[in-house]
Amino acid sequence: MSTYAVDKLKRIAEEACRLARKHGADAAEALVQGGAELSVKIRLGEPELVQEAASRALGLRVFRDRRAALTYTSDLSDAALDRFVAESVELAKLAEPDELNELPARAELATEQPDLELWDDAAVSVDAKGALDRCKTGEAAARGFSPKVTNSEGATYSRVVGASAFANSDGFGGGYRGTYQSLVVEPICDDADGKKRNGFWWTADRFLSRLQDPESVGREAARRTVAKLGSEKIDTGEMPVVFDPEAGRALLRALFSVISGGAIYRKSSYLLDREGTKVASPLVTIVDDPLIARGPGSRPYDGDGLPSRKNVVVDGGTLQTYLFDVYSARKLGRKSNGCAGRGVGGAPHVTTSNFILQKGTTKPEAILSGITRGLYVTEMMGFGFNAVTGDFSRGAGGFLIENGKLGRPVSEVTIGANFNDLWCSVDAVGDDLDLRSSTACPTFRVSKMMVAGR
Amino acid sequence: MGAGQLQAPFSPGGATEIDAALARRLLELSLAAGGDYADLFFEYRAGADYVYEDERVKAVGRGITLGLGVRVTKGDATGYAYCEDLTWEAMAEAARTAAQIAQSGQSHAPVDIRALTIPSFYPVSVPTLETLAPEKLELLRRGDRAARAYDPRIVKVSASFAEELKEILIVTSDGKLVRDRQPLMRYGVHAIAEDKGKRQGGSGGGGGRFGMEYFTTHPPESHGTEAARVAVAMLDAVDAPAGSMEVVLGAGDSGILLHEAIGHGLEADFNRKQTSNYSGQLGKRVASELCTVVDDGTITHDRGAINVDDEGNPGRKNVLIENGILRAYMQDKLSCKHFGVEPSGNGRRQSFRHNPLPRMTNTALLAGPHDPEEIIRSVKRGVYAKRFSGGQVNISNGDFVFSLTESYLIEDGKLGAPLKGVNLIGNGPDVLTKVTMLGKDFQLSDGIWTCGKDGQSVPVGVGTPTVKIAAITVGGTKA
Repeated sequence: MSTYAVDKLKRIAEEACRLARKHGADAAEALVQGGAELSVKIRLGEPELVQEAASRALGLRVFRDRRAALTYTSDLSDAALDRFVAESVELAKLAEPDELNELPARAELATEQPDLELWDDAAVSVDAKGALDRCKTGEAAARGFSPKVTNSEGATYSRVVGASAFANSDGFGGGYRGTYQSLVVEPICDDADGKKRNGFWWTADRFLSRLQDPESVGREAARRTVAKLGSEKIDTGEMPVVFDPEAGRALLRALFSVISGGAIYRKSSYLLDREGTKVASPLVTIVDDPLIARGPGSRPYDGDGLPSRKNVVVDGGTLQTYLFDVYSARKLGRKSNGCAGRGVGGAPHVTTSNFILQKGTTKPEAILSGITRGLYVTEMMGFGFNAVTGDFSRGAGGFLIENGKLGRPVSEVTIGANFNDLWCSVDAVGDDLDLRSSTACPTFRVSKMMVAGR
Repeated sequence: MGAGQLQAPFSPGGATEIDAALARRLLELSLAAGGDYADLFFEYRAGADYVYEDERVKAVGRGITLGLGVRVTKGDATGYAYCEDLTWEAMAEAARTAAQIAQSGQSHAPVDIRALTIPSFYPVSVPTLETLAPEKLELLRRGDRAARAYDPRIVKVSASFAEELKEILIVTSDGKLVRDRQPLMRYGVHAIAEDKGKRQGGSGGGGGRFGMEYFTTHPPESHGTEAARVAVAMLDAVDAPAGSMEVVLGAGDSGILLHEAIGHGLEADFNRKQTSNYSGQLGKRVASELCTVVDDGTITHDRGAINVDDEGNPGRKNVLIENGILRAYMQDKLSCKHFGVEPSGNGRRQSFRHNPLPRMTNTALLAGPHDPEEIIRSVKRGVYAKRFSGGQVNISNGDFVFSLTESYLIEDGKLGAPLKGVNLIGNGPDVLTKVTMLGKDFQLSDGIWTCGKDGQSVPVGVGTPTVKIAAITVGGTKA
């Protein structure tokens, strides 16, 4: 049996729900995922790792007298399934009743699945040898780019193909399959002070033909790494900070963490009671859109079985809505806006699909032009974000901006600001949006942040 | 899945028992294409978690995973495959897939397999997973009640308990057969305090490779109170300073600094590939002579303790840095071959789906000569760091950050106002030469840390005494 045959997985999910009812559950939901991975790595021209395997698993949530249990297993044989479901229903007795523990209203469930072009037949055609060849080409291009490239962390090609099916005991049944592959090249240079400088570049897409070619990935990786030679701290001070799309993405992830319904009902957000108010500069519009054809984060329905819908989260700086799954919406007396995510091993939770800072009109070069002295951030490190207060402080690296141009490379500094001030101080948004990853942004500028260095 | 004895199906007497003869047949298949070495990693993991929120048990979770990972090496190359059912067909298919890394060459036969006896660093009479659930649910209620009782400004409390029991069987083509049972539990409370429109959060928690006896010495109330204390204390937090200054790290969790600043850089894979700042530095001074750093997998019941690593080598205590001089790297199988050294017991993996890498176990900076209070008194203006949310390092250049969730200003040798969340950033080799005072008060962290590398997570421990660093960049917002 192919592990990514959607119909087969769907039948297992439906069977699990039927068994749950048989064993005394009031309601049940089952998620079944099957997939295969190929991951290969070349280092210094030689294979370092070839990994291939397939796996399947079932995640179940059962409700009994408004008590919930969440269980998972990888043993999907008929006999084992029956026992697993029976024990799951038994387990629910340990929890305490929560009046919100019930399935979504039937009328809210998705009734049709849009075709979002998530599967590419060609993706599967690449075998281990083909993947290794792509890595070799990419790494060789990086090492050939400049004699300053003295070592390599290697080049890695990864592919996942998988299928997912979801059913609940009220008759919802959905399933889809998808492909995704990536190539990353990581060169290393030796710096004059004995430090090593590493960098990388990558390409990824659901469709094989839309991957950037390995040679240009390798060359771009090398260009970025060589540019870091001579990195050092700069003096502490306030200055404008420009985030490139690779670094800026992390700010969007942090912003999501304070607009999720879960964070709101737990009071773990500085954006509590802020719907309808200004939370960012008028240049900032952020959407969560699961319906983008071929999008890396696209999905035909959400983790509660509700239809996928596009949500405008921030519109011209105003917070339009938090993102909800069914549980967090009920907790707050609201309606879900279809943002539930779910994995086999855990509870449904609010998640993003394609979470995007919409592009602006400014060319990335023009974003630098008005800056006398500033910091261009290409990478960030660490976990310094307090969701409750919005205090933000992270390690950063990139380039000094001097008189509108990129200058010498910078490392070992931190950037800090209150998150509310940071988003309200965005004074330029680039037109260079690229949807390689499910959270994406163009280049953007924050008028003032504290940069700590020397 | 009720309480009772849990046993892996591949153990003696299990439904799909794996014995030396069967393992040998799989290893023969694994080496058939010309591989140098192969190993089998059988894993059975039963886990459960309990979430307590809004004064009720919100959900209970259970899960079981079972599988076999097959690794074949040829030179420095690794072939890896895994399967989730232990039928002969599935296991043989995984062995044949992994074998393909070797395309030619003479096939080596596995040597005779011998069962290995290993130490016991986490004797647990009854794993928490085999204890009835109501007892564990009561722990959550107790932590919640303690946090709420601490201060009327506490407005939200949640508590969680996660536990697992992992049973592994490793069989190698160089003749080792070894089994281990690894219990692991973690308890935590999170509290939110609210006052005059300000809100702050705080956490408390701990655990390790313990049974329920952990709670005799670490009652849930202590974690609940700690979460509430941090949340309330941080209500008065002021903007942190920015720039380079003196920093004092509190004993225990500050070991995170060590883990990031130097630990990862001493993992042998980076040094074998010459991609670490510490490549070629063995025998050289890499830290202040106050510093002796060990990685110790033998600390009883520690979260990072291992009787045996995931390549079948017994857990060990390794001195990495002795009075400032670099003595050793942490090794896995491939690196041992490269450096011509004995295994150090650091070959670890997240699960049967992952190939082993050199990883830390419990990394500690040993105690020094100074009185902790004297250390704080010696600081004119700086930061005292007490609690952390985590850290990260760039292996190549040694830059690392770590994030403070509870810290205080030090002025004229006295602790002052609490500071808003802030990062410290430094460079490993640089910062360790700037350790100018080291306390007598060595402490282990209370079992909460998980380390990520190459997409693989493993539980680790850390420990330090109070440490003074002469200069490190504090990433606040106030000039």
